[in-house]
Formats: sequence, C-alpha cells, structure tokens
Amino acid sequence: MARYEIRLSGAGGQGLILAGIILAEAVVKFTDKEVIQTQSYGPEARGGASKAEVIISDEEIDYPQVNKPDFLLALTQEAYNKYNRDLKEYGIMVVDERVDIAMRGGPTYVVPIQKLTQEKLGTRMVVNVVSLALFNKLHEVVESEKLKEVVLARVPKGTEELNEKALALGEELASNLNQYKIKTKEEEEEE
Amino acid sequence: MQGNEACVEGALDAGVTFYAGYPITPSSEIAEDFAAKLPRVGGKFIQMEDEIASMAAVVGASLAGEKAVTATSGPGFSLKQEIIGFAGMIEAPCVVMNVQRAGPSTGLPTSPAQGDVMQARWGTHGDHPALVLCPSSVADAYLLSFQAVNWAERFRTPVILLLDETIGHLRERVILPRKDEMVIANRKQPQGSPESFQPYDILDEDLIPPLPPYGSGFRFHTTGLYHDETGFPSNRPEVTHRLLERLHQKIDKYKETLFLYETYGLRQANQLIISYGASARSAKAAWRIAREKGLLVGLLILKTIWPFPEEIVTQVGHDKNNIVVAEMNRGQLIGEVERVMDKRIPVRGAQRADGVLITPEQILAKLEGVN
Repeated sequence: MARYEIRLSGAGGQGLILAGIILAEAVVKFTDKEVIQTQSYGPEARGGASKAEVIISDEEIDYPQVNKPDFLLALTQEAYNKYNRDLKEYGIMVVDERVDIAMRGGPTYVVPIQKLTQEKLGTRMVVNVVSLALFNKLHEVVESEKLKEVVLARVPKGTEELNEKALALGEELASNLNQYKIKTKEEEEEE
Repeated sequence: MQGNEACVEGALDAGVTFYAGYPITPSSEIAEDFAAKLPRVGGKFIQMEDEIASMAAVVGASLAGEKAVTATSGPGFSLKQEIIGFAGMIEAPCVVMNVQRAGPSTGLPTSPAQGDVMQARWGTHGDHPALVLCPSSVADAYLLSFQAVNWAERFRTPVILLLDETIGHLRERVILPRKDEMVIANRKQPQGSPESFQPYDILDEDLIPPLPPYGSGFRFHTTGLYHDETGFPSNRPEVTHRLLERLHQKIDKYKETLFLYETYGLRQANQLIISYGASARSAKAAWRIAREKGLLVGLLILKTIWPFPEEIVTQVGHDKNNIVVAEMNRGQLIGEVERVMDKRIPVRGAQRADGVLITPEQILAKLEGVN
C-alpha cells in the first residue's frame, strides 16, 4: 500500500482519537506496514471538532501530517465543515446521516451511524468502535479477530460485550454500505 | 508508542527516580505516565502547586541523590527559568522536558511550534551554557531522553529536552534498543572522607566536582551566588572568573561528543536543508521530493541544537550554494547558521508560526531549481 491517509472526525468526547490509536496499534501489531497516528483537538474536553489521523504506508513515513485524506469519516456537522475540504477528489467519505453535505465526485456514504448505534446497542458511547470496525472491514487493514483483540485490550473492564457488539455493527454497516451510497456529481448529471 | 510516552521510557531506563511537575498541554501525558510508572520502580511522583515549585522540588531531589525530571510547555517553561539558572549554578543534575506549543503567553495550547529555541538557550539570566536536545521522531524521544538524563548526571548540569506538540503527540512504530546495550551514567562520588570534603574542589581533569547525596554524611552548602571550593559565597573576581569559565569549559571540552545529528544525501549535493524537531520530518519529505526531481540536495537534521554544532554546520555547509533552514518560528536557529556562514553562502528560512506543522512544499519553495 502506498501512503494512505485516514481522517476520523467528530465531536470531542466521541472517542475518535482512541479509535485512531487502536487502528494504529492494530497495524503495528499485526502488519509490517509503517503507521503514524496524530490528533488535533480544541481546548475543550467535550464538544468542539476533534480529529484523529492515521497514515498507513509500506514505506517510511516522514511528513507525519495528513495532507489530502484518502478516507474521511465525519460524525458531526462541525467536523465535516472543518475537515472535508482537503479530502482527495476521489477519496472515500462516510458521514453520519445528520450531516448536511455538498455533492462531490468521490464515493460518498451517508450512514445513520449514531442512530443505529443508539437503537441497537442502547448507547452512543461506542460510536467510535462502530466507526473503527466499519473502516477496517471496508479496507481490510487487519482481520476482524485481530481488531477485536486490540479493542478489547484498550476498553474499560466490563464493557467487552458492548464493544464486541459495536464491532459487529460496524462490520455489518460496512457490508451493506452500498445502500447508503449517494449519487456522485457525474451520476447526477447523467440522469 | 507516543512521543511523550517515549520520553518517560527513556528517562526511566536511564534511572530516573523522581518527577515533580504541574500538568500542561501538550506535555501532560509525560506527567500521567510518570505517575503510573515511577511507583513501580520505587520512585516518587509529586504534582506540585505550580511550575516554579516543581522545578525547585526537582533540584532538591537531585541534591538528595535522585535522578530528577520535570516536564512542561511554554508558559510553564517561562516560570521554571529562574530555578533552571540556579540548578546550573549549583551544578544540580536534572532534566527539563519542554513540549513546545505556539506562544507567546498561553498561545495555542494544542498546536505545535518551535518558538522556545532561544528561550531554551537564554531563558534564564546570566552568561550560562546550555545543553538542549531536539527529537524528531518517537525513537529519538526515547534515545534523547535517555541521553539527557545521562548528560545531566555526567556534566552535573540541567539538560533541556525540547520537543514540540507534533512529536509529543505523535504515535509511530518504534523499536527500542535492548536495555543491556544502554550505558547508564551516574554522577561522580567523592573519594575522600566526609571530614575533608570540599564540594567544589576541582581536582579532576573533566572539571566536574563529585556530588554526594545530602544525608550521606558529606556536608555542603549550595548557593546561587558565586562560590569558592567550599561552596560558600565569594565576590572575589578570580573566584567569579574561575567558576564561570569552568561551568562553560566542563561542557565545551566535550563538545564534539555532544553533537548529535543525521545527514542524508550530502555527497554531490550543492544545496542543503537544515532542520530539527518536527520540522525535520517535513524537511525529510522535501529532501526526498527534491531528490526525485533530480535536484542535488543534502539534508542535515540536528538533534543537539545547543551548544550550536558550529563545526558540523560549517563542515557540511561550506561548499553549498544555497542553505535552507526549516523551523516553526519566525527565524531562531537560522541566526546561528547565518553567523557560521558569515554571508559567504545565501541562507534562506522556511518558516511557519501559525500553529500548523510546516509543509514539505514550503521548504521546497526555498530551494533553487524547483518550479
């Protein structure tokens, strides 16, 4: 894999930085790829736009910042507004259904991540793990079982079952992702 | 592993047993990690009421025989300056980790900068020496933290580990050296009896006096005033001269062993990029891109920035026709490069000071022959 840039964004407190750390850890543990994880957040502990970035590459990673993401996850409007601009033209975008987005050229999926997490798991607390599993399933960075191992080692005791369910939900969303795909600019014009 | 965490690992492997600090972004993970790990090795962690008290506690612990560390960021680094000077004057080994964020004042707490380069050199008053190390990777953070503790012990001096938010918060794959490959330095102990002990009686060639721990029977007085070999104040010009010269010479004498750096592609290069800390990551990317374009560019990454590695910069830079110094400030270390080059070679700055990591493109733009 050449340099692949991933940006997971949302509101502070949603746990996306942890999701980024877990992803990077899984890459270090179970692949021989190079990986870098960085984060950016405001002075707030909760709320505000927050992002975790992960770069995965077969080669040494010198410049550690994400410049033009290949993949963007945005769970909130604020995060989308702040972090969507430099997404690669044909990069993949996954946003929560409550986010208003502009039409674009690359593959774009509007997924009710937060709603389904709440409905199926009874809490939105694990929306980060759902998102992480969705990303991993889509890109097959590491096997599901390996991701589970890293997640379970990182989460608080007593929440293992909930997190396993979150991983399953994320994978299910990834498998059905096409149903959430919205039309690209070109497709719209063709009609 | 994260950069901040690597600093803690490096320090612990060098034998650190004491940490006092006051948390501040983006250095707080260092405190957090020391709090978790020091008790396990029988060490002590104290969260003090502020940065000044933390620095004072570190100096106290050092005199009591502990290897002591504190960590902070810009605003806290400002507060610690007075006692850093005191530590230098009484020759108390200690390490101050400063994870730089954008200043002045409280600035941008969660954004990277390299605005404290000159403060690390001259932040505390008086004509003092400074030993300052700048990691540009997580592996560096580990190794230089280890080195900082070792040098503090060996030279009886405060050593500053100058990180930035980018490196402090960066997580990347790092392979740590085997512990039995790491050589730990410990401060020198007196050879004679407690009764005849003179704390600053310098008999050794390395100009560094032994430092017994307080409470071990060797009694001595410490003061920030100029002092003679007994440790008591003196305002005699010859005592003043001798002490100040020795404080400098004990480091100058070993200067060449203190210059840590990396070079890339120097052979046949006619242009040179010089950088350090997080900026060096962007510089490395710029260097790689320039090489791919067929430009003859070399790269010098400095790990030791103070004492400024004049000899290295001269040796690497003297035959170039363009030197670019990349840093995240409005031009601090570039002044040293200009001084060394003495107008013989054009020196250009690739600078950025808006809380964002400098980009490879900004550095490339300062090279000749890039369209």
